[in-house]
Amino acid sequence: MDLATLAVLNTERAARRATILVTDVESGAQRLVKAADLAADSLAEALEKQLRLGKSALVEADGKAFFLTVQAPPPRVIVTGAVHISQAMAPMAQLLDLDLIIVDPRTAFATPERFPGVRLLTDWPDVALASLGLDGYTAFVALTHDPKIDDPALEAALRSDCFYIGALGSRKTHGRRIERLAAAGFDATATQRIHAPIGLDIGAVSPAEIALAILGEIVSTLRGPRRAPA
Amino acid sequence: MISTDTDILATAEAWAREGRSVALATVIETWGSAPRPVGSHLVIDADGHFQGSVSGGCVEGAVVEEAVEVIAQGQPRTLEFGVADETAWKVGLSCGGRIRVYVERISTETVN
Repeated sequence: MDLATLAVLNTERAARRATILVTDVESGAQRLVKAADLAADSLAEALEKQLRLGKSALVEADGKAFFLTVQAPPPRVIVTGAVHISQAMAPMAQLLDLDLIIVDPRTAFATPERFPGVRLLTDWPDVALASLGLDGYTAFVALTHDPKIDDPALEAALRSDCFYIGALGSRKTHGRRIERLAAAGFDATATQRIHAPIGLDIGAVSPAEIALAILGEIVSTLRGPRRAPA
Repeated sequence: MISTDTDILATAEAWAREGRSVALATVIETWGSAPRPVGSHLVIDADGHFQGSVSGGCVEGAVVEEAVEVIAQGQPRTLEFGVADETAWKVGLSCGGRIRVYVERISTETVN
């Protein structure tokens, strides 16, 4: 591989843009295909499939073997609410290789003492989320219970390609949330993207258990279930 | 911490920019219970220093040896490891799986 190609691969990855390196295993010939140019490539179908799966793979075409090095951006989780649940989520997310970013304009909550080593943004969510740029490799979780903070963030998430959107709150709280979002112009198809009640149904009670349920649901959305339901 | 295969590619670029001769090894195919998934990387320099893994430690020694030759010769090669290999006692996968590893040199000829 050319160093120049390797450099582009690393640059694209850092900018959270997907790329696929196509290598002819026999000859060593290579080309780098950016996500935006995928459809025009001669291996478009295989490339699209592997990018969707987020997996590198060996494929056959025209009697040749091509290795596809798939570079999907690392998944990240953006949370509104520097609360007890997100305190538990932070170390768990790190173990799961999920980049966790917490947004909370309440500076009494969002302190480095409460969140050592965690990226904290104290801007209002509309500003913070616009600067982070929500993409298809981002999960968004609303945990504040406060419509002033959660709602603008949820609206930004619903307008984006986020692969997961979840919001904490009882069915009643969520019902009122849907009404507010409907008034803001989001139809049922849009608001159905929100996982609520949030998290896998494991009977979670403590903040750490709720954090586990939420991260479990995020991983499940990212990877997809492996076994058919019994 | 070098924990992901992205870090390995960043390491490969950093090493090459330092002027070191570098090869990249990539798991391109697995059968059975292979220890590292397809797409896993190992970066190697001409002195045999390496980062990452293609098998969790079972065959890295052999891959590094081959990679040093690839760096010297420039031609990429594909290596296969498994218990069926006659050298299984020396370099083989104790888990019973098989893997194919593509080893290529990082060429700096076209870069200033």
